[in-house]
Amino acid sequence: MATAPAPLSLSASTLPARLRAGAVPAGARWRQARRGRMVVRAKIREIFMPALSSTMTEGKIVSWSAGEGDRVSKGDAVVVVESDKADMDVETFHDGIVAAVLVQAGESAPVGAPIALLAESEEEVPLALAKAQELSNGQPQQAPPAPTEDAAAAPPPPPPAPATPPAPVSAGTKGIASPHAKKLAKQHRVDLAKVTGTGPYGRITPADIEAAARIQPKSKPAPAAAAPPPVAAPSVGAVPQAAVLPPVPGATVVPFTTMQAAVSKNMVESLAVPAFRVGYPIVTDKLDELYEKVKPKGVTMTVLLAKAAAMALAQHPVVNASCRDGKSFTYNSNINIAVAVAIDGGLITPVLQDADKLDIYLLSQNWKDLVKKARAKQLQPNEYSSGTFTLSNLGMFGVDRFDAILPPGQGAIMAVGASKPTVVADKDGFFSVKNKMLVNVTADHRIVYGADLAAFLQTFAKIVEDPESLTL
Amino acid sequence: MSLFAASAAVASSAAAYGYDTIRPVARLRFCGLRREALRLHSPRSTLQLVAARRSVVAAATAGNGAAASGGFDYDIVIIGAGVGGHGAALHAVEKGLKTAIIEGDIVGGTCVNRGCVPSKALLAVSGRMRELQDEHHMKSLGLQVSSPGYDRQAVADHANNLASKIRSNLTNSMKALGVDILTGIGTIVGKQKVRYGKVGFAENEITARNIIIATGSVPFVPKGIEIDGKTVFTSDHALKLESVPEWIAIVGSGYIGLEFSDVYTALGSEVTFVEALDQLMPGFDPEIAKLAQRILINPRKIDYHTGVFASKITPAKDGKPVLIELIDAKTKEHKETLEVDAALIATGRAPFTKGLGLENINVVTQRGFVPVDERMQVMDATGNVVPNLYCIGDANGKLMLAHAASAQGISVVEQISGRDNILNHLSIPAACFTHPEISMVGLTEPQAREKADKEGFEISVVKTSFKANTKALAENEGDGLAKMIYRPDTGEILGVHILGLHAADLIHEASNAIALGTHVQDIKFAVHAHPTLSEVLDELFKAAKVNTGVSHSINEPVAV
Repeated sequence: MATAPAPLSLSASTLPARLRAGAVPAGARWRQARRGRMVVRAKIREIFMPALSSTMTEGKIVSWSAGEGDRVSKGDAVVVVESDKADMDVETFHDGIVAAVLVQAGESAPVGAPIALLAESEEEVPLALAKAQELSNGQPQQAPPAPTEDAAAAPPPPPPAPATPPAPVSAGTKGIASPHAKKLAKQHRVDLAKVTGTGPYGRITPADIEAAARIQPKSKPAPAAAAPPPVAAPSVGAVPQAAVLPPVPGATVVPFTTMQAAVSKNMVESLAVPAFRVGYPIVTDKLDELYEKVKPKGVTMTVLLAKAAAMALAQHPVVNASCRDGKSFTYNSNINIAVAVAIDGGLITPVLQDADKLDIYLLSQNWKDLVKKARAKQLQPNEYSSGTFTLSNLGMFGVDRFDAILPPGQGAIMAVGASKPTVVADKDGFFSVKNKMLVNVTADHRIVYGADLAAFLQTFAKIVEDPESLTL
Repeated sequence: MSLFAASAAVASSAAAYGYDTIRPVARLRFCGLRREALRLHSPRSTLQLVAARRSVVAAATAGNGAAASGGFDYDIVIIGAGVGGHGAALHAVEKGLKTAIIEGDIVGGTCVNRGCVPSKALLAVSGRMRELQDEHHMKSLGLQVSSPGYDRQAVADHANNLASKIRSNLTNSMKALGVDILTGIGTIVGKQKVRYGKVGFAENEITARNIIIATGSVPFVPKGIEIDGKTVFTSDHALKLESVPEWIAIVGSGYIGLEFSDVYTALGSEVTFVEALDQLMPGFDPEIAKLAQRILINPRKIDYHTGVFASKITPAKDGKPVLIELIDAKTKEHKETLEVDAALIATGRAPFTKGLGLENINVVTQRGFVPVDERMQVMDATGNVVPNLYCIGDANGKLMLAHAASAQGISVVEQISGRDNILNHLSIPAACFTHPEISMVGLTEPQAREKADKEGFEISVVKTSFKANTKALAENEGDGLAKMIYRPDTGEILGVHILGLHAADLIHEASNAIALGTHVQDIKFAVHAHPTLSEVLDELFKAAKVNTGVSHSINEPVAV
């Protein structure tokens, strides 16, 4: 069911009417949300924690001026944010419906993190809710290559929360949950009905929610008598926690930022993927010539390489695919090239979408915008997490070759080294000096086999060595 | 409905024992606690003050020894030795009146034994616990604290010890002045006649020129709620802190409920509020209540049900938790059943006027309260004043705060000694000792608007934030707001509301200004030490725009 893509085919005539009437049972609404999952990117925008001052790193939501389900117009104040300096009203840049509040009033979020989802129309509300579900279950905010289309790459998510309107009073006597448990459940979008309580009288405790949402319990205030019972966190598919090494005397311990934590998580997750690497030497004289020609037009080497990779991927769709459940190929309809960029204190992968279809000038323009946003930490999630293939280039540092770690949710990543003058012998035995670079692709061997990758590299090399097609 | 609504509206006595604010003002206004405190802990710097006070006391003591005038046993007999009775007694002695006070339980009444005093001890603990547990807060101060914990019994002992200490201070202060402390239940048997003694054996009869009823109040428990003192209890039991339940429902979100939510959540409990009205903290200025919800409710382990009555509460027994039946406040339909570990009933307080013998003098209570006029003179069933009979404090229900009772008592004594006095209740501050604290004096903004509409004047509102205050920021406690409602045409202060660090201590500059009739254009020239929290109010006064058209010279003496 979840795999049937229904790109906006949700009957626009019936669904909104039913939603408006509020007559759709929670289950039904969820099912619609699941069906819509594959097209989440469509019309759902995220509202971000803005940077209200130059020193602000995180902000606290003072209150939501708009609630879930409210329709807002561009320029409306939707949320009051408290920065390190003041409380400020924050406006939305788009019209839409506040579909899901991700960060509740009173909670904090780092600058740039999504705090709510805005659906363009009522049809998108269920999709947004599904997305909210993924966001809260999956990577924390600003996760670099994070799959948004499907959360199945992560361990199976806890049961989804039905779209209940936020209300101080939750009805029903079953599934009694303590106040903190309810707050946590809302925060992590855990459906209370699906949680088995382990507290007194079968009550759902905060620990139960933490277990269901797979989060580390925070240290509790310690009443002298009551030691909290150990949390029985189900470990299905969970990455084993590395043992914490004893501290080094005199060393400074700096905790990960949110972004660094996300990188760490993704890197550890990659260990579950059987990856292999194939290298390929490529002569770049012609590419260099082309680069000199297009450089004044604002085209960068990164864009040229991304474009070349995209064109090669178009001919080798399997390299652009991914393996999400260990049982199938997921062929992506778009070719989106994520490019690893080092930013202050971290790493982010802005995505050049539809790199095979857009020309290099348009791509260059997009790239410029993306880099600007990345520096300002204003990338929208679909601008850093929708990649289907990643390009990482360390050539500018003089690195001649390296290999990259496969990001979760992608089938392959290309590591590009520096192009250096090298003595080469041609087929007639003549020596000449050519600029040669080594590219090294890491791929998921569950779906991409050696020959596939070799063929892809061959195509890629052909494009780079005869780069006229890049400008077409 | 009416009971719940009343409970929400009446302020509980679990507020500060602040100092009295009456008009006109005696040069040395002391009420009991302050006086005793000075005696016991007088630092050298206050020597002059103490000396001054002693001379008054000496004179007064002689006064109480003198025979009462007109053939009465006493000039004043006060029924009830709570904070109100105590304040009245001390002031009466000061005025040279022969005074007796009748107490059937223990000296100190609700405030000292089962209210403001022990709750402050618990709140002192909870404030520190909360701070120590706030890793972020500690870290930003550069402090490292690992796993703070507490010993419940020791916390309970602290509260109990504090109550005993204050009680003995109170008793000693009255004894030292020669107030006759009579033990037993006081009953009015006729005009200017009181009988006292054990219940059923009230055989001692005394006559008094004036009688002050100061019998106070007891926790109000709505019907359907079964109190067992262990799992379903009132503030009386809660203050003993015999247990810290994992999950406690607090019925009522006024001062008492709010303060207890602060205590319980800091000690690790989760709290569910049950409030009959549509919003939490109904007695507060709406803006303050909204901010309080942001600071005191939302980030804590608290949820709430509003617009519902707890129609039935059954204590935990037979392996079942405490069951709370909730019904819709309007439709009375069953809404939900809560299962919790404990329930605190904080639905306000009911006057304690049983056994007073009011029927003997044709006085009919209204919902238990003794009807009084603005001079605290008791009214009989026909609406006429009963001569020489007064009622102060919770028993009259005008403003159920300990310091209000004391102020009313002093006002009554002033009248008895021949100086007409009407207490301005709008100058009496109130405080809620959560972390951070909430305090207020005068009208709320909606009340002020209503009054302005009715009387045809304009009002203005100014606000300042604790976030801009140096001292608050140094403490890393920038949460908070002070707001003032005033008349831009005259500069009259109508109300001041503060939520923030030490708000309860900050309100008095405003309440004194209201009591003394100081206007904004005058008080804004008063100087505040820098950096102090009081600058929050300083900024508030300075932010106000008054259009009296009168220029003010800073050389002119300022009445403060």
